[in-house]
Amino acid sequence: MSWFRKDKDKDQPLPEPKKVRTEGLWIKCDSCGAIIWKKDLEAGQSVCSKCGFHFKITAAERLKQLFDGGAYQEFAERLRATDPLSFVDQKPYGERLEQARSKTGLQDAIITAEGRIEGRTVVVAALEYRFIGGSMGSVVGEKITRAIERAIERKAPLVIVSASGGARMMEGMASLIQMAKISAALTHLSDAKLPFISVLTDPTTGGVTASFAMLGDLNIAEPGALIGFAGPRVIEQTIRQKLPKGFQRAEFLLTHGMVDAVVPRTEMRDYLSRAFGFFCGPVA
Amino acid sequence: MTPVPQSGERSAWERVQLARHAERPHVVEYVERMFDSFDPVHGDRSFGDDPAILAGFAQFRGRPLMVIGQEKGRDTKGRMERNFGMPKPEGYRKALRVMQLAAKFGRPILTLLDTPGAYPGIDAEERGQAEAIARSLYEMARLDVPIIVVCIGEGGSGGALAMGVGNRILMLENAVYSVISPESCAAIVWRDATRAEEAAEALKLTAENLLGLGMIDAIVDEPADGAQCDWDEAAKLLGDAVERNLAELDKLTPAQLVAERYEKFRRMGGFFEEA
Repeated sequence: MSWFRKDKDKDQPLPEPKKVRTEGLWIKCDSCGAIIWKKDLEAGQSVCSKCGFHFKITAAERLKQLFDGGAYQEFAERLRATDPLSFVDQKPYGERLEQARSKTGLQDAIITAEGRIEGRTVVVAALEYRFIGGSMGSVVGEKITRAIERAIERKAPLVIVSASGGARMMEGMASLIQMAKISAALTHLSDAKLPFISVLTDPTTGGVTASFAMLGDLNIAEPGALIGFAGPRVIEQTIRQKLPKGFQRAEFLLTHGMVDAVVPRTEMRDYLSRAFGFFCGPVA
Repeated sequence: MTPVPQSGERSAWERVQLARHAERPHVVEYVERMFDSFDPVHGDRSFGDDPAILAGFAQFRGRPLMVIGQEKGRDTKGRMERNFGMPKPEGYRKALRVMQLAAKFGRPILTLLDTPGAYPGIDAEERGQAEAIARSLYEMARLDVPIIVVCIGEGGSGGALAMGVGNRILMLENAVYSVISPESCAAIVWRDATRAEEAAEALKLTAENLLGLGMIDAIVDEPADGAQCDWDEAAKLLGDAVERNLAELDKLTPAQLVAERYEKFRRMGGFFEEA
């Protein structure tokens, strides 16, 4: 008996190894590298159970997490962008919009909704980062303004959850002007003595930070969120040096006095509920 | 010498170049020519004084007026001192303090916009550039005195808009006002800043474009070959426009001024509602 035996079936194809489809079931944490079962991640509000890293979530997931029973009523959902400049870069703006619409199922980079948080009626506007970087054009500006007006009408508190690269340059000046329009509308909310809490999530930069996102009665940020006026790349190019670690992160803004608190996603509902309780009293 | 294209036939890129022309009058030159007297005021009472913003109380054709603008500086030394007209948070906070001071005493406000943008730097971020701009937008919306905004050169994005919430928004004929500079726009969309000329066209940033889009109220004429050719004439034309608009706004009560300004911005932006 020889030690080795020539495999006669060498040229025969090997039997297919048993395959279990696992793609999409596991997710690697961007921060600590831990491999997390996707369902566990979702059950934990998309926060890494190992290191606490906050994954980006969609506007719809955000609203589900914030409102009682995940239930809310959307409004102004039929507003659609026009293309006032007939803007064409690598592709026409109209085409870019269509792609973003089919990718997200939304008309534009925001959902505005009304619902309850711990029994209290609250108006929430949540930006959708997957829709052209959460950029603010006329539709985002109009919907936030309508959310402010609805809060006044309902005598309800307002929450705006930001996730945006800033103004949408494909709409030119009209997008820049939304900063002024929304900021002006917020003076009416303030006159009505209704609270506005700005929730800054990763990332919030440019014209969104430099308008409503910094104008909350309370500005709160999710841990680790990038928040700034100029983006880090622009600053690096200007000053031609590397930026310090942690620069423009939520914790950096906290120590520099720009946000009131860094609030983990898992505690967000409780925080908002306590704050509104303080401002408006117990739920009637 | 190449002839300067006549107004009306100038391309967006030619306007950008005129708006940034080395000889173009800045805030300092207009202030020297438009007012009978001018006393600068300094500081945000919190951190420092930002030389990129010039502010002060003035006598304008027999009436008091507060004037605030971004000053780019003329020669190399001046430009360095003024940070090329790019304000930091303390600049916006000074501007706001001065505007609120004017409002307290019922004096009209004139802001002159001329900046490449708010300064993007570590210190500016640390001191809350975004908050300073946001606060300015918010507070300007409720000042109950006439506010006239004139973009005299480069209206650079949020750094310009921060002082741009007025009852009247005017632009000089060769000024440009844009959400992003043509160079940055080109760098983002084509990864090539040298295609700025195309980007300038696409952004619709000229006074004519913006008047057509309903973003500004009127265009202020410049001397035929541009403001850089005749500072005195440019200042006179600007002064006349300011006087005319002030006379119109004089008819409104403080509450009407705030309401009119609000409605103006409330209407801005294009969208449609699906059936």
